[in-house]
Amino acid sequence: MHRQKENIIKSLFFLNGLLVVIALLGIFLLLLFNALPTFKDVKFSEFIFRANWNPSAYLESSYGILSQVVSTLMVTIGSLIIAVPLGIGTAAYLSDVASPRVREIAKPIVEILAGIPSVVIGFLGIVLVGPLIAKATGNYSGLNALNGSVLLAVMSLPTIVSLSEDALGSVPKSYTEASLALGGNPWQTLIRVKIPAASSGILAATMLGMGRAIGETMTVLMATGNAPAMPKSFLEPVRTMTATIAIELGEVPYYTTHFHSLFAIGLVLFIFTFILNLVSDIILHRYEKRMRV
Amino acid sequence: MNGKLKKLGLGLALFLALSQVSYAKDMMQIKGSDTLINLVQRLAEVYMEKNPGKYIAVTGGGSGTGVAALINGKCAIANSSRNMEPKEIEQAMSVGVNPQRAVIAMDGLTVVTNAGNPVDKLTVDQIGKIFRGEITNWKDVSGQDMHINLYGRQSNSGTYVFFRDVVLAGEYSQKMDHMNGNAQIIESVKQDASGIGYVGVGYVKDVTGITVVKVASRPGAEYANPLSKEAVLSGKYPIARPLNQYINGTPSERIKDFIAFELSEEGQKIVEEEGFFRIPGEYVEFNKRLGL
Repeated sequence: MHRQKENIIKSLFFLNGLLVVIALLGIFLLLLFNALPTFKDVKFSEFIFRANWNPSAYLESSYGILSQVVSTLMVTIGSLIIAVPLGIGTAAYLSDVASPRVREIAKPIVEILAGIPSVVIGFLGIVLVGPLIAKATGNYSGLNALNGSVLLAVMSLPTIVSLSEDALGSVPKSYTEASLALGGNPWQTLIRVKIPAASSGILAATMLGMGRAIGETMTVLMATGNAPAMPKSFLEPVRTMTATIAIELGEVPYYTTHFHSLFAIGLVLFIFTFILNLVSDIILHRYEKRMRV
Repeated sequence: MNGKLKKLGLGLALFLALSQVSYAKDMMQIKGSDTLINLVQRLAEVYMEKNPGKYIAVTGGGSGTGVAALINGKCAIANSSRNMEPKEIEQAMSVGVNPQRAVIAMDGLTVVTNAGNPVDKLTVDQIGKIFRGEITNWKDVSGQDMHINLYGRQSNSGTYVFFRDVVLAGEYSQKMDHMNGNAQIIESVKQDASGIGYVGVGYVKDVTGITVVKVASRPGAEYANPLSKEAVLSGKYPIARPLNQYINGTPSERIKDFIAFELSEEGQKIVEEEGFFRIPGEYVEFNKRLGL
């Protein structure tokens, strides 16, 4: 009787696990089958390497996503340049410098940051960050890649801080004690022992933060201007892949090249985030193994 | 634990039942143009006050979104600041939707610049060149030596399509920012000394920090102000346009009743209060064929 119950529960959990895999596979296949018809009308090389995106053109439609890929990478990498040093610094502070009381209060606050709706962050981008950037750079408009980067940095910070802090916290005590016993001061211990020991955990945290940034839609849609031209600097407006899908999917006639091409963008985005997650998973795994020794 | 679960279940059931009730209230869905949304929302509010129980939900998303929703049977009325394209009508017909157009207001599509910009007059040709990216400096239209920043709408916007077809007759510059709505264009141009954008005339009412550009149909013609009712209705203002509502086939009593209210004296007063213009005689005649 007991056995049977256990078996039922076991298979229930197995089904739950299976469901996730089916959902993932289903999404991938849906994207793939809706994306493929694009290439009946658009050459694959043109889709990837052409910078001009104008499906609802006055005269001739063009479907090139290069400038969108560049835009997405710009805001994502820009956000990492801001968020990674800040995030690691905050994590190091929380794990090694702050008193337990401060940590108990500060860490949940950082995590609450993750709960702010992206549309609110986008709004801040329009009314606060944009004008500040415009003033600081002497540029007339603050709706550009830099604005998007700053906002995405804010959004990916909680992930980076929280996971890096966990990684630092799980560095075995023996490491720290050995370092201190050898005459290292706490600063040296943190910089030369703990952070290197936690590096793969921190790297994985960064990758997950990057995953958050790359797929973010509303914030960049609101704050980056969405000009389709190829951006030449961080002070120019950009239009990310996510923004294009969000803007255009609402009005597109179904089963046209335009419709399918939006799925193709989605597929490219999916592949991007899939690789990112895979890599961070592999790194995390290696890290866990090493820590167990 | 079990008690908690029960409570949770009960709460959930209650919630579902309630949401079922509110769903059963039978909302009439109106969807589409961002230019029309404030106006139609206002009209719907006044209408609902006078007709309790006849619920109307007005949402935006752009004319393209509204038209797509009408074709997909997701709304009763589609607000559209442009006319439906032949391609869209064909598509609608193929799924058994017969789009019919009513005109509820007139708009002087308004070109705006920053209040600090001395340029307050442009010809249609100049505006076209600016937005096609052929003129990129204000000094070429007798302004200061300053780069021009373009603010336009997104492709789901009827204003985007109307402006492209009528003013540009060509492609937008790839450098144009694609903003989320009329209000966002106003905000951007307010902050950007070198900016230029276009919005429905209802959006410049009582706004400070911007200049409303007077427009001439060709060099040498008279420059007309979109804020002037006379200029817009007489056609002296060259980029005036009708604001439409599309419905499927012969309107039901309910839809007819609401549109009739929009076209009534009271409705048209609200149109003017919202900064747009009442429909001229030719469109009053035009609407009559729908029995309105």
